[in-house]
Amino acid sequence: MDFRQKLESKYREILTNYLADRSEQALYQGQKLSRNAIERNIPPEEIVSIHRNIMAEMFPEKFNDKMQESFDILLEVMVAYGFAYREHQNLKHIQQELRTEMEIAANVQKTLLGTEVPCKKGMDIGAISVPAKHMNGDYFNFVEDENNSVSIAIADVIGKGLPAALCMSMIKYAMDSLPENRKTPTLVLENLNRVVEQNVDLTMFITMFYGTYHIDDHIFSYASAGHEPGLFYHAETQTFSELPAKGLLLGIEKNTKYRKYEKEVMPGDMIILMSDGVTESRTKEGFIEREELLALIEKNIHLKAQNIVQNVYKELEKLQDFQLRDDFTLIILRRNVLS
Amino acid sequence: MDNQSCVKIINEWDIVSARQLGRNVAKELGFGTVDQARITTAISELARNIFLYAGQGQICIEKLYENGKTGLRLLSIDSGPGIKDLRQVMEDGYSTSGGLGAGLPGVKRLMDDFQIDSSPGEGTDIRAIKWLR
Repeated sequence: MDFRQKLESKYREILTNYLADRSEQALYQGQKLSRNAIERNIPPEEIVSIHRNIMAEMFPEKFNDKMQESFDILLEVMVAYGFAYREHQNLKHIQQELRTEMEIAANVQKTLLGTEVPCKKGMDIGAISVPAKHMNGDYFNFVEDENNSVSIAIADVIGKGLPAALCMSMIKYAMDSLPENRKTPTLVLENLNRVVEQNVDLTMFITMFYGTYHIDDHIFSYASAGHEPGLFYHAETQTFSELPAKGLLLGIEKNTKYRKYEKEVMPGDMIILMSDGVTESRTKEGFIEREELLALIEKNIHLKAQNIVQNVYKELEKLQDFQLRDDFTLIILRRNVLS
Repeated sequence: MDNQSCVKIINEWDIVSARQLGRNVAKELGFGTVDQARITTAISELARNIFLYAGQGQICIEKLYENGKTGLRLLSIDSGPGIKDLRQVMEDGYSTSGGLGAGLPGVKRLMDDFQIDSSPGEGTDIRAIKWLR
Protein backbone atom coordinates (compact mmCIF):
# COMPACT_ATOMS: atom_id res chain seq x y z
CA MET A 1 0.00 0.00 0.00
CA ASP A 2 1.47 3.35 -0.90
CA PHE A 3 1.13 6.36 1.34
CA ARG A 4 -1.90 7.72 -0.47
CA GLN A 5 -3.82 4.47 -0.04
CA LYS A 6 -2.83 4.30 3.61
CA LEU A 7 -3.95 7.88 4.06
CA GLU A 8 -7.28 7.10 2.45
CA SER A 9 -7.95 4.04 4.61
CA LYS A 10 -6.92 5.91 7.76
CA TYR A 11 -9.19 8.80 6.78
CA ARG A 12 -12.06 6.37 6.21
CA GLU A 13 -11.50 4.84 9.62
CA ILE A 14 -11.44 8.22 11.38
CA LEU A 15 -14.50 9.46 9.50
CA THR A 16 -16.44 6.27 10.29
CA ASN A 17 -15.52 6.52 13.97
CA TYR A 18 -16.52 10.13 14.15
CA LEU A 19 -19.87 9.65 12.42
CA ALA A 20 -20.59 6.80 14.86
CA ASP A 21 -19.83 8.57 18.15
CA ARG A 22 -18.79 12.15 17.36
CA SER A 23 -15.95 11.79 19.83
CA GLU A 24 -13.14 14.19 20.53
CA GLN A 25 -10.87 11.18 20.17
CA ALA A 26 -11.72 10.87 16.46
CA LEU A 27 -11.18 14.59 15.93
CA TYR A 28 -7.78 14.31 17.58
CA GLN A 29 -6.96 11.42 15.24
CA GLY A 30 -7.90 13.73 12.38
CA GLN A 31 -5.45 16.32 13.60
CA LYS A 32 -2.71 13.71 13.83
CA LEU A 33 -3.46 12.56 10.31
CA SER A 34 -3.09 16.08 8.99
CA ARG A 35 0.32 16.42 10.59
CA ASN A 36 1.37 13.22 8.86
CA ALA A 37 -0.03 14.37 5.53
CA ILE A 38 1.73 17.74 5.79
CA GLU A 39 5.04 15.98 6.45
CA ARG A 40 4.51 13.99 3.26
CA ASN A 41 3.65 17.14 1.28
CA ILE A 42 0.07 16.06 0.58
CA PRO A 43 -1.70 19.17 -0.78
CA PRO A 44 -5.12 20.17 0.61
CA GLU A 45 -7.04 19.32 -2.57
CA GLU A 46 -5.98 15.71 -2.15
CA ILE A 47 -7.69 15.54 1.25
CA VAL A 48 -10.88 17.12 -0.10
CA SER A 49 -10.94 14.56 -2.86
CA ILE A 50 -10.48 11.68 -0.41
CA HIS A 51 -13.31 13.04 1.69
CA ARG A 52 -15.65 13.26 -1.24
CA ASN A 53 -14.85 9.75 -2.49
CA ILE A 54 -15.35 8.15 0.90
CA MET A 55 -18.65 9.97 1.46
CA ALA A 56 -19.91 8.87 -1.94
CA GLU A 57 -18.94 5.30 -1.13
CA MET A 58 -20.44 5.26 2.38
CA PHE A 59 -23.69 7.04 1.53
CA PRO A 60 -24.47 6.35 -2.12
CA GLU A 61 -28.07 7.62 -1.69
CA LYS A 62 -27.80 10.47 0.76
CA PHE A 63 -24.63 11.89 -0.80
CA ASN A 64 -26.47 12.76 -3.98
CA ASP A 65 -25.27 14.40 -7.19
CA LYS A 66 -25.83 17.92 -5.91
CA MET A 67 -23.80 17.23 -2.80
CA GLN A 68 -21.04 15.70 -4.89
CA GLU A 69 -21.00 18.54 -7.37
CA SER A 70 -20.72 21.07 -4.58
CA PHE A 71 -17.31 19.56 -3.93
CA ASP A 72 -16.12 20.71 -7.36
CA ILE A 73 -16.12 24.26 -6.04
CA LEU A 74 -14.37 23.29 -2.82
CA LEU A 75 -11.79 21.33 -4.79
CA GLU A 76 -11.13 24.26 -7.10
CA VAL A 77 -10.69 26.61 -4.17
CA MET A 78 -8.39 24.15 -2.41
CA VAL A 79 -6.20 23.74 -5.50
CA ALA A 80 -5.45 27.46 -5.22
CA TYR A 81 -4.59 27.03 -1.55
CA GLY A 82 -2.40 24.07 -2.48
CA PHE A 83 -0.72 26.27 -5.07
CA ALA A 84 0.13 28.84 -2.41
CA TYR A 85 1.04 26.12 0.08
CA ARG A 86 3.63 24.57 -2.24
CA GLU A 87 5.15 27.97 -2.90
CA HIS A 88 5.32 28.57 0.83
CA GLN A 89 7.04 25.21 1.40
CA ASN A 90 9.62 26.05 -1.22
CA LEU A 91 10.20 29.55 0.14
CA LYS A 92 10.77 28.06 3.58
CA HIS A 93 13.42 25.85 2.09
CA ILE A 94 15.07 28.82 0.36
CA GLN A 95 15.00 30.78 3.60
CA GLN A 96 16.81 27.96 5.36
CA GLU A 97 19.49 28.00 2.67
CA LEU A 98 19.90 31.77 2.99
CA ARG A 99 20.21 31.50 6.74
CA THR A 100 22.97 28.92 6.39
CA GLU A 101 24.74 31.11 3.87
CA MET A 102 24.52 34.11 6.20
CA GLU A 103 25.94 32.10 9.07
CA ILE A 104 28.91 31.10 6.96
CA ALA A 105 29.37 34.70 5.82
CA ALA A 106 29.23 35.88 9.44
CA ASN A 107 32.00 33.43 10.33
CA VAL A 108 34.11 34.59 7.41
CA GLN A 109 33.59 38.15 8.59
CA LYS A 110 34.60 37.28 12.13
CA THR A 111 37.87 35.83 10.89
CA LEU A 112 38.43 38.72 8.50
CA LEU A 113 37.77 41.47 11.03
CA GLY A 114 39.15 39.64 14.02
CA THR A 115 41.38 41.60 16.38
CA GLU A 116 43.03 40.72 19.67
CA VAL A 117 42.53 42.92 22.68
CA PRO A 118 46.11 43.76 23.64
CA CYS A 119 47.58 43.04 27.07
CA LYS A 120 49.81 45.96 27.95
CA LYS A 121 51.49 46.45 31.26
CA GLY A 122 49.83 49.31 33.10
CA MET A 123 46.66 49.16 31.02
CA ASP A 124 43.37 47.37 31.28
CA ILE A 125 41.36 47.05 28.06
CA GLY A 126 37.92 45.57 27.43
CA ALA A 127 35.91 45.34 24.21
CA ILE A 128 32.61 43.87 23.05
CA SER A 129 30.91 44.02 19.65
CA VAL A 130 27.60 42.32 18.93
CA PRO A 131 25.75 42.48 15.60
CA ALA A 132 21.99 43.16 15.56
CA LYS A 133 21.55 40.67 12.72
CA HIS A 134 24.02 38.08 11.49
CA MET A 135 26.60 40.44 10.08
CA ASN A 136 28.27 43.25 11.97
CA GLY A 137 28.32 46.80 10.59
CA ASP A 138 30.44 47.94 13.52
CA TYR A 139 34.16 47.40 13.53
CA PHE A 140 36.97 47.82 15.98
CA ASN A 141 40.64 47.08 15.74
CA PHE A 142 43.66 47.30 18.00
CA VAL A 143 47.20 47.87 16.80
CA GLU A 144 50.26 47.74 19.05
CA ASP A 145 53.41 49.32 17.74
CA GLU A 146 57.06 49.48 18.64
CA ASN A 147 56.81 53.00 20.13
CA ASN A 148 55.03 51.49 23.10
CA SER A 149 51.62 52.65 22.06
CA VAL A 150 48.26 51.06 21.44
CA SER A 151 46.06 52.32 18.65
CA ILE A 152 42.39 51.74 18.50
CA ALA A 153 39.97 52.16 15.65
CA ILE A 154 36.22 52.03 16.01
CA ALA A 155 33.91 52.51 13.05
CA ASP A 156 30.22 52.27 12.31
CA VAL A 157 28.56 52.07 8.91
CA ILE A 158 25.22 53.86 8.85
CA GLY A 159 22.95 50.91 8.25
CA LYS A 160 23.29 47.30 9.24
CA GLY A 161 23.35 43.80 7.89
CA LEU A 162 25.09 42.61 4.77
CA PRO A 163 25.72 45.94 2.97
CA ALA A 164 27.29 47.43 6.10
CA ALA A 165 29.41 44.33 6.61
CA LEU A 166 30.76 44.41 3.05
CA CYS A 167 31.71 48.02 3.56
CA MET A 168 33.51 47.22 6.79
CA SER A 169 35.70 44.62 5.12
CA MET A 170 36.93 47.35 2.82
CA ILE A 171 37.77 49.67 5.72
CA LYS A 172 39.73 46.90 7.43
CA TYR A 173 41.67 46.17 4.27
CA ALA A 174 42.40 49.86 3.63
CA MET A 175 43.62 50.30 7.20
CA ASP A 176 45.89 47.26 7.03
CA SER A 177 47.42 48.68 3.85
CA LEU A 178 48.43 51.98 5.42
CA PRO A 179 52.20 52.29 5.92
CA GLU A 180 53.44 52.35 9.51
CA ASN A 181 54.52 56.01 9.45
CA ARG A 182 51.04 57.12 8.39
CA LYS A 183 49.25 55.80 11.42
CA THR A 184 48.67 58.98 13.36
CA PRO A 185 44.95 59.48 14.01
CA THR A 186 44.45 62.39 11.61
CA LEU A 187 46.38 60.76 8.76
CA VAL A 188 44.50 57.47 9.17
CA LEU A 189 41.14 59.23 8.93
CA GLU A 190 42.24 61.37 5.98
CA ASN A 191 43.45 58.29 4.09
CA LEU A 192 40.37 56.24 4.81
CA ASN A 193 38.16 59.17 3.89
CA ARG A 194 39.66 59.14 0.40
CA VAL A 195 39.21 55.37 0.10
CA VAL A 196 35.58 55.55 1.17
CA GLU A 197 34.86 58.57 -1.01
CA GLN A 198 36.15 56.71 -4.08
CA ASN A 199 34.69 53.28 -3.43
CA VAL A 200 31.41 53.58 -1.66
CA ASP A 201 28.15 54.84 -3.09
CA LEU A 202 26.67 58.08 -1.89
CA THR A 203 24.00 56.58 0.29
CA MET A 204 26.47 54.88 2.58
CA PHE A 205 28.23 56.77 5.34
CA ILE A 206 30.83 55.66 7.80
CA THR A 207 31.69 57.23 11.12
CA MET A 208 35.04 56.47 12.67
CA PHE A 209 37.11 57.23 15.72
CA TYR A 210 40.84 56.61 15.78
CA GLY A 211 43.02 57.07 18.84
CA THR A 212 46.55 56.25 19.95
CA TYR A 213 47.47 55.71 23.56
CA HIS A 214 51.13 56.52 24.31
CA ILE A 215 51.97 54.38 27.27
CA ASP A 216 55.20 56.19 28.15
CA ASP A 217 53.68 59.61 28.75
CA HIS A 218 50.02 58.58 29.10
CA ILE A 219 48.76 60.87 26.41
CA PHE A 220 45.77 59.75 24.38
CA SER A 221 45.71 61.46 20.98
CA TYR A 222 42.69 60.99 18.76
CA ALA A 223 40.57 62.23 15.90
CA SER A 224 36.96 61.57 14.95
CA ALA A 225 35.04 61.40 11.69
CA GLY A 226 31.58 62.16 12.95
CA HIS A 227 31.66 59.22 15.34
CA GLU A 228 29.53 58.82 18.45
CA PRO A 229 31.38 60.91 21.10
CA GLY A 230 33.57 59.00 23.51
CA LEU A 231 33.46 59.44 27.27
CA PHE A 232 36.17 60.09 29.78
CA TYR A 233 36.10 59.01 33.40
CA HIS A 234 38.14 61.09 35.84
CA ALA A 235 39.12 58.77 38.66
CA GLU A 236 40.12 61.58 41.00
CA THR A 237 36.78 63.37 40.92
CA GLN A 238 34.76 60.26 40.01
CA THR A 239 33.03 62.15 37.22
CA PHE A 240 32.39 61.59 33.55
CA SER A 241 32.88 64.04 30.72
CA GLU A 242 32.62 63.86 26.95
CA LEU A 243 35.75 63.49 24.83
CA PRO A 244 35.40 66.54 22.60
CA ALA A 245 35.90 65.80 18.90
CA LYS A 246 34.63 67.26 15.67
CA GLY A 247 35.02 65.99 12.13
CA LEU A 248 33.06 65.16 9.00
CA LEU A 249 31.88 61.59 8.33
CA LEU A 250 34.02 59.47 6.01
CA GLY A 251 33.15 59.52 2.33
CA ILE A 252 31.44 62.90 2.07
CA GLU A 253 34.17 65.28 0.95
CA LYS A 254 37.37 64.11 -0.72
CA ASN A 255 39.79 66.55 0.91
CA THR A 256 38.47 66.62 4.44
CA LYS A 257 41.10 67.47 7.07
CA TYR A 258 40.72 66.10 10.57
CA ARG A 259 41.72 67.80 13.77
CA LYS A 260 43.95 66.14 16.33
CA TYR A 261 42.93 66.14 20.01
CA GLU A 262 44.97 65.14 23.05
CA LYS A 263 44.01 64.11 26.54
CA GLU A 264 46.23 63.33 29.46
CA VAL A 265 45.26 60.16 31.28
CA MET A 266 45.82 59.87 35.04
CA PRO A 267 45.91 56.64 37.05
CA GLY A 268 42.45 55.06 37.22
CA ASP A 269 41.08 57.23 34.39
CA MET A 270 39.06 55.52 31.67
CA ILE A 271 38.45 56.16 27.99
CA ILE A 272 35.07 54.82 26.89
CA LEU A 273 34.35 54.41 23.18
CA MET A 274 31.17 53.15 21.60
CA SER A 275 29.00 52.90 18.51
CA ASP A 276 25.58 54.54 18.36
CA GLY A 277 24.06 51.10 18.99
CA VAL A 278 24.92 51.75 22.65
CA THR A 279 23.41 55.21 23.04
CA GLU A 280 20.46 54.35 20.85
CA SER A 281 19.51 51.33 22.89
CA ARG A 282 15.78 51.67 23.00
CA THR A 283 13.35 50.66 25.68
CA LYS A 284 9.58 51.07 25.68
CA GLU A 285 10.09 54.59 27.00
CA GLY A 286 12.43 55.62 24.18
CA PHE A 287 16.21 55.90 23.95
CA ILE A 288 18.11 55.22 27.13
CA GLU A 289 19.29 58.37 28.82
CA ARG A 290 22.99 59.09 29.02
CA GLU A 291 22.64 59.06 32.83
CA GLU A 292 21.40 55.48 32.67
CA LEU A 293 24.43 54.40 30.67
CA LEU A 294 26.79 56.21 33.05
CA ALA A 295 25.04 54.64 36.02
CA LEU A 296 25.52 51.19 34.49
CA ILE A 297 29.24 51.83 34.01
CA GLU A 298 29.57 53.25 37.51
CA LYS A 299 27.84 50.23 39.00
CA ASN A 300 30.53 47.98 37.49
CA ILE A 301 33.48 50.33 37.80
CA HIS A 302 35.31 48.20 40.38
CA LEU A 303 35.56 45.35 37.84
CA LYS A 304 38.07 44.65 35.06
CA ALA A 305 37.41 46.56 31.84
CA GLN A 306 36.30 43.41 30.01
CA ASN A 307 33.76 42.63 32.72
CA ILE A 308 32.44 46.19 32.68
CA VAL A 309 31.69 46.14 28.95
CA GLN A 310 30.15 42.68 29.19
CA ASN A 311 27.93 43.60 32.12
CA VAL A 312 26.79 46.85 30.50
CA TYR A 313 25.91 44.90 27.34
CA LYS A 314 23.98 42.30 29.32
CA GLU A 315 21.94 44.93 31.13
CA LEU A 316 21.15 46.88 27.97
CA GLU A 317 20.25 43.68 26.16
CA LYS A 318 17.80 42.86 28.90
CA LEU A 319 16.35 46.38 28.92
CA GLN A 320 15.62 45.94 25.20
CA ASP A 321 13.92 42.57 25.61
CA PHE A 322 16.87 40.88 23.88
CA GLN A 323 16.19 42.58 20.56
CA LEU A 324 19.09 44.72 19.39
CA ARG A 325 18.03 47.38 16.91
CA ASP A 326 21.55 48.28 15.90
CA ASP A 327 25.00 46.76 16.08
CA PHE A 328 26.50 47.28 19.53
CA THR A 329 30.16 48.03 20.25
CA LEU A 330 31.62 49.21 23.55
CA ILE A 331 35.30 49.59 24.39
CA ILE A 332 36.99 50.68 27.61
CA LEU A 333 40.67 51.56 28.09
CA ARG A 334 41.80 52.18 31.65
CA ARG A 335 45.13 53.33 32.98
CA ASN A 336 45.86 51.11 35.93
CA VAL A 337 46.23 52.77 39.30
CA LEU A 338 49.52 51.02 40.04
CA SER A 339 51.64 51.74 37.02
CA MET B 1 -3.72 18.50 -36.19
CA ASP B 2 -7.03 17.16 -34.97
CA ASN B 3 -5.69 16.27 -31.50
CA GLN B 4 -4.89 19.92 -30.81
CA SER B 5 -7.42 22.67 -30.07
CA CYS B 6 -6.73 26.28 -29.27
CA VAL B 7 -8.44 29.26 -27.66
CA LYS B 8 -7.39 32.84 -28.38
CA ILE B 9 -6.93 34.89 -25.22
CA ILE B 10 -8.00 38.48 -25.70
CA ASN B 11 -10.21 39.26 -22.74
CA GLU B 12 -10.88 37.78 -19.34
CA TRP B 13 -13.80 35.61 -20.55
CA ASP B 14 -11.43 33.75 -22.84
CA ILE B 15 -9.73 32.41 -19.72
CA VAL B 16 -12.99 30.56 -18.94
CA SER B 17 -13.14 29.13 -22.48
CA ALA B 18 -9.56 27.91 -22.19
CA ARG B 19 -10.33 26.26 -18.87
CA GLN B 20 -13.43 24.64 -20.34
CA LEU B 21 -11.45 23.28 -23.25
CA GLY B 22 -8.74 21.94 -20.91
CA ARG B 23 -11.28 20.34 -18.62
CA ASN B 24 -13.14 18.63 -21.46
CA VAL B 25 -9.95 17.14 -22.85
CA ALA B 26 -8.71 16.13 -19.39
CA LYS B 27 -12.03 14.40 -18.66
CA GLU B 28 -12.00 12.67 -22.00
CA LEU B 29 -8.50 11.35 -21.40
CA GLY B 30 -9.59 9.97 -18.04
CA PHE B 31 -7.97 12.38 -15.56
CA GLY B 32 -9.50 12.33 -12.08
CA THR B 33 -11.20 15.35 -10.57
CA VAL B 34 -8.13 16.49 -8.58
CA ASP B 35 -5.89 16.43 -11.64
CA GLN B 36 -8.62 18.12 -13.68
CA ALA B 37 -8.65 20.93 -11.14
CA ARG B 38 -4.83 21.15 -11.25
CA ILE B 39 -4.77 21.29 -15.03
CA THR B 40 -7.44 24.00 -15.15
CA THR B 41 -5.63 25.99 -12.48
CA ALA B 42 -2.46 25.82 -14.57
CA ILE B 43 -4.44 26.95 -17.61
CA SER B 44 -5.93 29.84 -15.62
CA GLU B 45 -2.50 31.05 -14.55
CA LEU B 46 -1.02 30.90 -18.04
CA ALA B 47 -4.08 32.46 -19.68
CA ARG B 48 -4.14 35.19 -17.06
CA ASN B 49 -0.50 35.99 -17.80
CA ILE B 50 -1.36 36.37 -21.48
CA PHE B 51 -4.36 38.55 -20.68
CA LEU B 52 -2.50 40.76 -18.17
CA TYR B 53 0.98 41.06 -19.64
CA ALA B 54 1.10 39.93 -23.26
CA GLY B 55 -2.17 41.49 -24.44
CA GLN B 56 -2.99 38.58 -26.69
CA GLY B 57 -1.95 35.05 -27.44
CA GLN B 58 -3.41 31.60 -27.30
CA ILE B 59 -3.77 28.53 -25.15
CA CYS B 60 -3.67 25.16 -26.92
CA ILE B 61 -4.48 21.75 -25.54
CA GLU B 62 -3.04 18.62 -27.09
CA LYS B 63 -3.62 14.94 -26.42
CA LEU B 64 -0.38 13.05 -26.12
CA TYR B 65 0.24 9.35 -26.65
CA GLU B 66 3.86 8.38 -26.11
CA ASN B 67 5.42 4.99 -25.28
CA GLY B 68 2.12 3.66 -24.06
CA LYS B 69 1.54 6.69 -21.85
CA THR B 70 -1.34 9.11 -22.20
CA GLY B 71 -0.95 12.76 -21.39
CA LEU B 72 -2.22 16.27 -21.89
CA ARG B 73 0.04 18.97 -23.25
CA LEU B 74 -0.70 22.57 -22.48
CA LEU B 75 0.75 25.27 -24.71
CA SER B 76 0.73 28.96 -24.02
CA ILE B 77 1.95 31.10 -26.90
CA ASP B 78 1.99 34.86 -27.06
CA SER B 79 3.73 37.59 -29.00
CA GLY B 80 3.89 39.99 -26.07
CA PRO B 81 6.93 41.82 -24.68
CA GLY B 82 8.60 38.58 -23.62
CA ILE B 83 10.52 37.89 -20.44
CA LYS B 84 14.03 39.26 -19.99
CA ASP B 85 15.17 37.20 -17.06
CA LEU B 86 13.72 33.68 -17.16
CA ARG B 87 15.67 32.60 -14.12
CA GLN B 88 14.03 35.33 -12.12
CA VAL B 89 10.43 34.53 -13.14
CA MET B 90 11.04 30.87 -12.33
CA GLU B 91 11.99 31.88 -8.81
CA ASP B 92 9.40 31.52 -6.06
CA GLY B 93 8.28 34.76 -4.49
CA TYR B 94 9.10 36.80 -7.56
CA SER B 95 5.50 36.93 -8.77
CA THR B 96 4.39 38.51 -5.51
CA SER B 97 6.68 41.46 -6.14
CA GLY B 98 4.67 42.23 -9.25
CA GLY B 99 5.58 42.17 -12.91
CA LEU B 100 5.76 39.44 -15.52
CA GLY B 101 5.25 35.75 -15.20
CA ALA B 102 2.96 35.48 -12.21
CA GLY B 103 2.91 32.03 -10.70
CA LEU B 104 5.09 30.18 -13.23
CA PRO B 105 6.94 28.10 -10.60
CA GLY B 106 3.52 27.10 -9.25
CA VAL B 107 2.36 26.02 -12.72
CA LYS B 108 5.52 23.96 -13.04
CA ARG B 109 4.72 22.18 -9.80
CA LEU B 110 1.15 21.43 -10.87
CA MET B 111 2.32 19.74 -14.07
CA ASP B 112 4.79 16.91 -14.69
CA ASP B 113 6.92 18.60 -17.31
CA PHE B 114 7.47 22.29 -17.98
CA GLN B 115 9.42 24.19 -20.62
CA ILE B 116 9.63 27.89 -21.28
CA ASP B 117 11.19 29.92 -24.07
CA SER B 118 11.06 33.66 -24.36
CA SER B 119 12.80 36.45 -26.21
CA PRO B 120 12.31 40.09 -25.31
CA GLY B 121 10.20 41.74 -27.99
CA GLU B 122 9.12 38.48 -29.56
CA GLY B 123 6.98 36.75 -27.01
CA THR B 124 6.82 33.74 -24.77
CA ASP B 125 6.23 30.07 -25.44
CA ILE B 126 5.38 27.70 -22.61
CA ARG B 127 4.81 23.94 -22.91
CA ALA B 128 3.69 21.84 -19.99
CA ILE B 129 2.62 18.19 -19.78
CA LYS B 130 0.52 16.25 -17.31
CA TRP B 131 0.68 12.46 -17.61
CA LEU B 132 -2.22 10.19 -16.79
CA ARG B 133 -1.35 7.83 -13.95
